[in-house]
Amino acid sequence: MMRELYTQVIMDHYQRPRNRGELEDADLEEHLLNPLCGDELTVYAKLRDGKVADVKFDGRGCSISQASASMMTERLMGKSREEAEAEISHFKAMMVGEERFPEMDDLAALKGVIQYPSRIKCATLAWTAFQQGLESKR
Amino acid sequence: MYDVEEIRRDFPILNRKIGDRRLVYLDNAATSQKPRRVMQALTDHYEQHNANIHRGAHRLAEEATAAYEEARQRVARFLGAPHTTGLIFTRGTTESINLVAHAWGRRFLREGDEVVLTEAEHHSNLVPWQLAAKATGARLRFIPILEDGTLDMEEAERLIGARTRLVGCIQASNVLATINPVERLAELAHDAGALMLVDGAQSAPHVPVDVEAHGCDFYACSGHKMLGPTGVGVLWGKPEILEDMDPFLGGGEMIREVHLDHSTWNDLPYKFEAGTMNIAQAIGLGAAVDYLDGLGMQNVRDHERHLGEYAYRRLSEIEGITLYGPKRDRTGLVSFSLPDVHPHDLSQLLDDEGVAIRSGHHCAQPLMRRLGVVATARASFYVYNTEEEVDVLVEALVRAREFFGAFSGAKP
Repeated sequence: MMRELYTQVIMDHYQRPRNRGELEDADLEEHLLNPLCGDELTVYAKLRDGKVADVKFDGRGCSISQASASMMTERLMGKSREEAEAEISHFKAMMVGEERFPEMDDLAALKGVIQYPSRIKCATLAWTAFQQGLESKR
Repeated sequence: MYDVEEIRRDFPILNRKIGDRRLVYLDNAATSQKPRRVMQALTDHYEQHNANIHRGAHRLAEEATAAYEEARQRVARFLGAPHTTGLIFTRGTTESINLVAHAWGRRFLREGDEVVLTEAEHHSNLVPWQLAAKATGARLRFIPILEDGTLDMEEAERLIGARTRLVGCIQASNVLATINPVERLAELAHDAGALMLVDGAQSAPHVPVDVEAHGCDFYACSGHKMLGPTGVGVLWGKPEILEDMDPFLGGGEMIREVHLDHSTWNDLPYKFEAGTMNIAQAIGLGAAVDYLDGLGMQNVRDHERHLGEYAYRRLSEIEGITLYGPKRDRTGLVSFSLPDVHPHDLSQLLDDEGVAIRSGHHCAQPLMRRLGVVATARASFYVYNTEEEVDVLVEALVRAREFFGAFSGAKP
């Protein structure tokens, strides 16, 4: 059962996170806490010409929250603001089972999380932070 | 003779399987399991005696009232309360402390007054006081903890003084497994002319309690952590203090006379029991303390002290583990963290082996900050846990580490 949750892809992103660390001169900086488990996470982004020019995350948390944040940075890098917002909505819909996971994609590795409702918030933490950051930049 | 195998037979849920594993329930600080006797008390009430209490002159109402009041007597006796006058049923510790913070705090706290708490409080003995302080202009001060998790009593002596109106403290920590010297704090409080509130959520289920000997003016605890049902808890208060307080909730039962423009209050403890109470749950709590009395609280304490020390010793054998709280005089719980597996992942992996532990901030975020962590894992024991279950925990932890280590390619 655990093999379905802790996939190779998740563990890879957890133990070798992409785009981790602070981003100086970030246009977007959003800190979010998961009140259920105390996990905390900050996402940073630089926005240039309506695009996500750079994105990083920092914080402490479980494998699911950290891996999902790492995947998010890869996913949103270079996207336009509208594309990023659509990606986030799509991802959050997948995590509550309202939309299907893409087959050939790193994100599909998070599919197993749906079976553990208490962990869904871990998976969506970074995405929600980014979403809130974008909204406050309107 | 404390026979844990015999005790286990009273708890049907302990036969539960998680997947193909036997349940190892080590989340007792969150809520305890219930013995058959408590469930029977609930069923009996609903099948034989269900009626509203203190009103109605029919047979069922008489029986339900008698059972409810008998539960009050049992709980009062269990807590060492001299009489039932100050024994108020609430929804739990949180409501009990909110009652005091509201009905005493907002009535008597003034600007410049101080409420002294500790750094290790559960949110339930912190947030109500933040609200009361905001409403009154009173100030909160905090007794720090030392490196081993015990209270800095020198600092306590300095902090508790002329401005102090109330000292509030957990008797036992839900994270550190400490037992705080509430008797000494009560002395300091009383010398300063302040009141003493003891949060007994993590102590009433586990150690012999005597509200009078502890020097409490208020004592709060929850039924569901001490083998009772959810939805019922207790506030014990000194009657002379409760008399002077405002009511907490207004409504039925708490009144004597109601006019359109004003009302007068019922006698204690009914003044603080507005509306229809959780009758069956209170009766269930009566059955729970009866069961604990049957075991003997000193025996319970000895059993858990042994298990807590055994777990502390076994867990400390795991390389790189951090254990929180003092080495000695612990209650039966152990909070810990591993450098390579987040507590949240840990509890998920352990669940796969049927082992239920807690992970997170344990509703003590300021304490977590003080410890420099965002979350810990916690195994907490109770009357029915065994050394073998501690062994299962330790083996499962080692396997969880191996599982995570396998991905990194490094030796865990």
